Amino acid sequence: MKDRELLQLEETWAEPRGFIGWFKCVHHTSIGRRFVITAFIFFLLGGIEAVLMRIQLARPENTFLGPDLYNQIFTMHGTTMMFLFAVPMMEALGVYLVPLMVGARNIAFPRLNAFGYYIYLLGGIFLYVMFFTGTGPDNGWFSYVPLAGPEYGPGKRADVWAQLITFTELSALVVAVSLIVTVFKLRAPGMSLNRIPLFVWAIVVTAFMIVFAMPTVALGSTCLILDRLVGTHFFNPAEGGDVLLWQHLFWFFGHPEVYIIFIPATGIISAILPTFCRRKIFGYTPLVLSLVATGFIAFGLWVHHMFTTGLPRIAQSFFTAASMMIAIPTGAQIFCWIATIWGTRPRLRPPMLFVLGFFFNFLIGGLTGVMLASVSLDQQVHDTFFVVAHLHYVLIGGSVFPLFAGFYYWFPKMAGRMPGDRLGHWNFWLMLIGFNLTFFPMHQLGLKGMPRRVYAYLPGMGWGGLNLLATLGGVIMTAGVALFLINVFLSLRTGEVAGENPWDAATLEWATSSPPPPFNFDSLPIVAGRDALWDMREGHSGSAAPAVVTGVRGDLREVLVTTVLDAEPDHKTLMPDPSIWPFLSAVATSGLFIGSIFTPWAVPVGAVPVTIALIAWFWPTRKEHLERIEAEQDHGRTPAPPAEPVTQGQA
Amino acid sequence: MRSKRRQWTAALLWTVATSGSGCAGVQSALDPAGPQAARINDLWWLMLWTCAGVFAIVISALVAALRRGRAQPAEDAETERKMTKVVAAGVAVTTVILFAFMISDFVTGRALWSLASPDAIIIKVTGHQWWWDFEYQDPIPSHRVRTANEIHIPVGRPVKLEMTSSDVIHSFWVPNLHGKTDLLTGHQTVTWLQADRPGKYRGQCAEYCGHQHAHMAFVVIAEPVGQFNAWFDNERHPAITAANAGQQRGQQIFMSRTCMMCHQIRGTDAGGRSAPELTHLASRESIAAGTLANTRDNLKGWIVDSQRFKPGNKMPSHDLGDEDLNALLDYLESLK
Repeated sequence: MKDRELLQLEETWAEPRGFIGWFKCVHHTSIGRRFVITAFIFFLLGGIEAVLMRIQLARPENTFLGPDLYNQIFTMHGTTMMFLFAVPMMEALGVYLVPLMVGARNIAFPRLNAFGYYIYLLGGIFLYVMFFTGTGPDNGWFSYVPLAGPEYGPGKRADVWAQLITFTELSALVVAVSLIVTVFKLRAPGMSLNRIPLFVWAIVVTAFMIVFAMPTVALGSTCLILDRLVGTHFFNPAEGGDVLLWQHLFWFFGHPEVYIIFIPATGIISAILPTFCRRKIFGYTPLVLSLVATGFIAFGLWVHHMFTTGLPRIAQSFFTAASMMIAIPTGAQIFCWIATIWGTRPRLRPPMLFVLGFFFNFLIGGLTGVMLASVSLDQQVHDTFFVVAHLHYVLIGGSVFPLFAGFYYWFPKMAGRMPGDRLGHWNFWLMLIGFNLTFFPMHQLGLKGMPRRVYAYLPGMGWGGLNLLATLGGVIMTAGVALFLINVFLSLRTGEVAGENPWDAATLEWATSSPPPPFNFDSLPIVAGRDALWDMREGHSGSAAPAVVTGVRGDLREVLVTTVLDAEPDHKTLMPDPSIWPFLSAVATSGLFIGSIFTPWAVPVGAVPVTIALIAWFWPTRKEHLERIEAEQDHGRTPAPPAEPVTQGQA
Repeated sequence: MRSKRRQWTAALLWTVATSGSGCAGVQSALDPAGPQAARINDLWWLMLWTCAGVFAIVISALVAALRRGRAQPAEDAETERKMTKVVAAGVAVTTVILFAFMISDFVTGRALWSLASPDAIIIKVTGHQWWWDFEYQDPIPSHRVRTANEIHIPVGRPVKLEMTSSDVIHSFWVPNLHGKTDLLTGHQTVTWLQADRPGKYRGQCAEYCGHQHAHMAFVVIAEPVGQFNAWFDNERHPAITAANAGQQRGQQIFMSRTCMMCHQIRGTDAGGRSAPELTHLASRESIAAGTLANTRDNLKGWIVDSQRFKPGNKMPSHDLGDEDLNALLDYLESLK
């Protein structure tokens, strides 16, 4: 009986095979895995660019890279790390983990989610193809006008940048929408809002921030590209435009962006700490409130990127206050985490090590961040290497370290095998030492007057020694990342088989096989507390099987939709089948985007294939049509699944 | 693990403690030579020591948390209540510190703008890719003095800078004197400076402005009033006339080539404004916006092939015969 049900599920949810099938996949684990790997490849590319810059700056007036190439490379580094690594990586983890953590069979809008991935992939490929053909953007990841405007940014470079923004914002938005709906409507029965895992909370807050922040940069980059391609004057002071308008639009997005990268990292910390300390997280409610507060305050800080533009002082004071205020929820989070560790003896496996490294590094970055909130001090250190140091302490210390913790933590789930501990330790120490050696001296360089984004500096400035030290640190850090790759490679082949729950964690992604089947769970779980698996174990001390949902059909892609607040069963719905059309729609859309930087005609002409692909996407196949009718008739006959948990034994 | 962490903390504190002594320099925010840089420097040390203290306390708490652990943690209500109190106290202290920082920032900010005085020297600053145009203002237009990449200011007297950009955004920054202020296309921004002791303070563009952003520097020379007045008197005069045949030949070359289309030499026909003013070029310390020392060799190299020093800059290369080149150099070197 049980086996037949499983076989049925396998057949229903099977992912298509073969070369063409690869492009049809819609399950969140397939797409999520590709997402993670793609984002990691972009991380490596951005890292290589960083190493090239460090080589150039290792000694004064170096001629390893000329100004033209250096300017392209620092722009590519920033753009890659922010738009093609950090945000997509966080969303990728969300795509892979959130449906598992909330106990769903798939992400909401799986085709849209696949579309988001392909748009991101094609956008990234577009950027790098242009870079390798000598048309890499060279105005910085912030593309200030007028330098990026039509008069001072000739050629296609700034257009490439602006259009990459269009790609990434579209991808980020559709994935954010899928994640929000998954969390609000597809949670396992019993997982009321106050029982959602903190990682999922972090992803929800992030997804909402994406929804509110991305449209601003979309507007900005559209205005920029209109200025450049069809001669509008949004940013042209000679015709009544304003160069500061761009900065407001960009930073209104750009500052929340930093928290879009940081908040999921806090979610990773909150996921790992309880597992390795073997206790419930301390201060669940304050942690959730901190996340939400951070999400809101993050939108009120953008002017601290513009303290030197001569804005009225009263306005600047407001943003000083807001910038300092955001340290309060962040501080509260750190205190709660330390309280979680207090009194426990955490297992110092690689995920936990990276979390401890996070505390050390992020604390430095956070404290220099408080300093930068001060208008007066910022006037000295703004746009210097001090800020380079600060932002890397926040983004590498505050996000990349937690990400590596997350890689080690969820590697067994994704790969089915345990990551190597020994190499993991080496990986951690090399990255920690290399990172601090690279970026700590930069604080001092900035105070000693070294501005950012310089491809060379004069020998007399006295910056050579610290720069050489930083380059050395960069080499060590690179070795650390290389060890990670080796570790992944070896673990995939010879790692210990992981089993369902190798770390003895509490969240639902550990309640299924590793890697999970395309239907995620053999039977849909019912949740009785915040730490689902620990609660189940305590509640049913061994004898009775945990409560599961019954009444959802296994021969159709049927899933249970629950209510927003209490996650009570509401109704059932059908998930779409695999389809090639999200991929083809992404190709058509990319064609339109890329074509439009060469001719405005690409917009009307390119709209035709996009329209065709979108119609085909939603055109139901005969099979889908019949299934829908069947499911509707079915709803008429049997009532919705019982609100009361039904245990397997009874069913 | 624990001892390593302590070593790290020690290394950090050591670096922090020594960073002050290592920061003396021609372009350092921690070696203030004016009231504003001094105020910001005070704020920096206040914030640094407070933050270092916070860092030490939080890391100690983390180390203590790791050290006091038991394999089976107690999760009783009593411990939780105590923890809640400690965490709440932590948040309260954080808030108080932040509030103190905010107030000290406001106080410093007020002080930075208190230089405003009707007695000030007013200099109009225009940013160009990749050099600085300075014009000392005077109600009488003919008394205005234009110069490039180097300004002199009298010690102890406030200077008002009215700034804008002719092309892209730049940022004016002399770390020893004050923080930076952007030069925005289509806007005028204002900042004030004052030097309290004589010296040469280097400044550099701090907003990415294209190819040669790295080589867009200038120098502020603060000197006693007497010296400043002497310098200023000399600057007010047009260029000296070519004294000998060689210099005259050089002047001819300057006027017959493309030089005069971009550069200005007051007292001659050369009136271009899209490149640095050269009336008293020979009295300056450096050329190419603070990139090269003002020597005959450098000047020669710059005229013949400026792209070698600053790839992408807007000065064309000049293919002159040796004789012509020497004459031109003779003339330029006479422009004291």
